[in-house]
Amino acid sequence: MSNVPADLKYTTSHEWVRVEADGTLTIGVTDHAQEALGDVVFLELPEAGRQVAAKEACAVIESVKAASDIYAPVAGEVIASNQDAADAPESVNADAYSAWLFKLKPANVADVDALLDAAGYTAETAQ
Amino acid sequence: MNAPVRQTPLHATHVAAGARMVDFAGWDMPVNYGSQIEEHHAVRRDAGMFDVSHMLSLDLDGADATPYLRGLLANDVAKLKEPGKALYSCMLNENGGVIDDLIVYHLSDTRYRIVVNAGTADKDVAWMRKRIASTGANVSLNARRDLAMIAIQGPNAREKTWQALPALRAASEPLKPFSGAAIGEIFVGRTGYTGEDGFEVALPADQAAAAWAALTAAGVAPCGLGARDTLRLEAGMNLYGQDMDDDVSPLNAGLSWTIDFKDESRNFVGKSALVANPAKRRVLGLILEDKGVLRAHMKVVTAAGEGETTSGSFSPTLEKSIAFARLPLAVEAGDTVEVEIRGKLLKARAVRLPFARNGKAVA
Repeated sequence: MSNVPADLKYTTSHEWVRVEADGTLTIGVTDHAQEALGDVVFLELPEAGRQVAAKEACAVIESVKAASDIYAPVAGEVIASNQDAADAPESVNADAYSAWLFKLKPANVADVDALLDAAGYTAETAQ
Repeated sequence: MNAPVRQTPLHATHVAAGARMVDFAGWDMPVNYGSQIEEHHAVRRDAGMFDVSHMLSLDLDGADATPYLRGLLANDVAKLKEPGKALYSCMLNENGGVIDDLIVYHLSDTRYRIVVNAGTADKDVAWMRKRIASTGANVSLNARRDLAMIAIQGPNAREKTWQALPALRAASEPLKPFSGAAIGEIFVGRTGYTGEDGFEVALPADQAAAAWAALTAAGVAPCGLGARDTLRLEAGMNLYGQDMDDDVSPLNAGLSWTIDFKDESRNFVGKSALVANPAKRRVLGLILEDKGVLRAHMKVVTAAGEGETTSGSFSPTLEKSIAFARLPLAVEAGDTVEVEIRGKLLKARAVRLPFARNGKAVA
């Protein structure tokens, strides 16, 4: 069984979202996603300042097998991307929840409430 | 298209080992057991094994076996003089497209063992039978779905195979590369699809699980189709359905070396089409110099015109992305080209294949 931390929010497209104390969001891909992708070898991350719409493809994760889009969970502005993860893509396989990919300042922080919680995501991936 | 997914005799073994299973050519096959990259390195550095039971062995017997194959295949089995010697060949249609690529072992002038791809097996057998009927050749063709096949590959593959399966040693130790021998019901070829030394062992289905367990105990790492793909890509070996198919001439797929025109009196299916349509494209390897991952069907921009990748992935041995590309004939190894990835043109270097052999990067 893959790991689904209780304190995070999730999307049906397998991103995890952490709401930070300052209201910004930290985003990565779930353990379930990294397991399905296999060995991750390349990350293309969005640049700070980019405005993204909810569900907009804004990053790419490439495993040995295939390329997959990563989607913005909610609308907002990209404020940072994780260069350490881009330099060591295998860190996503090692721990998908510490290898965050980018940070977002949400247009409306209440949008996060509509995302899945851990139980909802677990049910989603069990299908 | 919704035929039930088939299982090899090792299916339960893979599931019990926690393999991630995928549908490959209608078979439920392991794509990896954990890290695909670790499996890849196991083969380059030590020994790994693959369940290739989805591939089909065929026995061809009869007085006309040699002339039949000389007409069927684009490579010439007449060059196989020693018993056990193997040949890689394309089987072409009348238009010169590739029906399949295969390995044929010469056991005697009246007996051959042929190994064909899984996804094309039914099409191949139908074509071969049709050709037997139309030529009236005195041969019988026997499809051996009763056999499982395990490929053991890597610098230590032969030694570990003998540890695990000592009965194979006497007959397989003298085998030269690209030859095979029958040992009772078992057939061992010193062949593979990885660019490493090793064996492909065809054995009765009911012996497969015990052989796999013995090989595992001898330290041979189970490897999935994921590693098999990156290994063959590094080794510069084509994948049927991706790098060539029914509509692609072998002359445009980097397979000219497998077409034997030497005996002018020999007529084989597809020959006239090949003669009438000389190569328009050459196949070179690409090594991506920018960051990213090359995949199949990317546009390649060169000074001599455009080309296209046919296979691409990340190379664990080179730690860079690599691809095969069908390019204008004027492109040379050493040229810098550009590949379009998600709308951006990234730099790549054209190289001669293979990228890696016998554990080392060579490109």
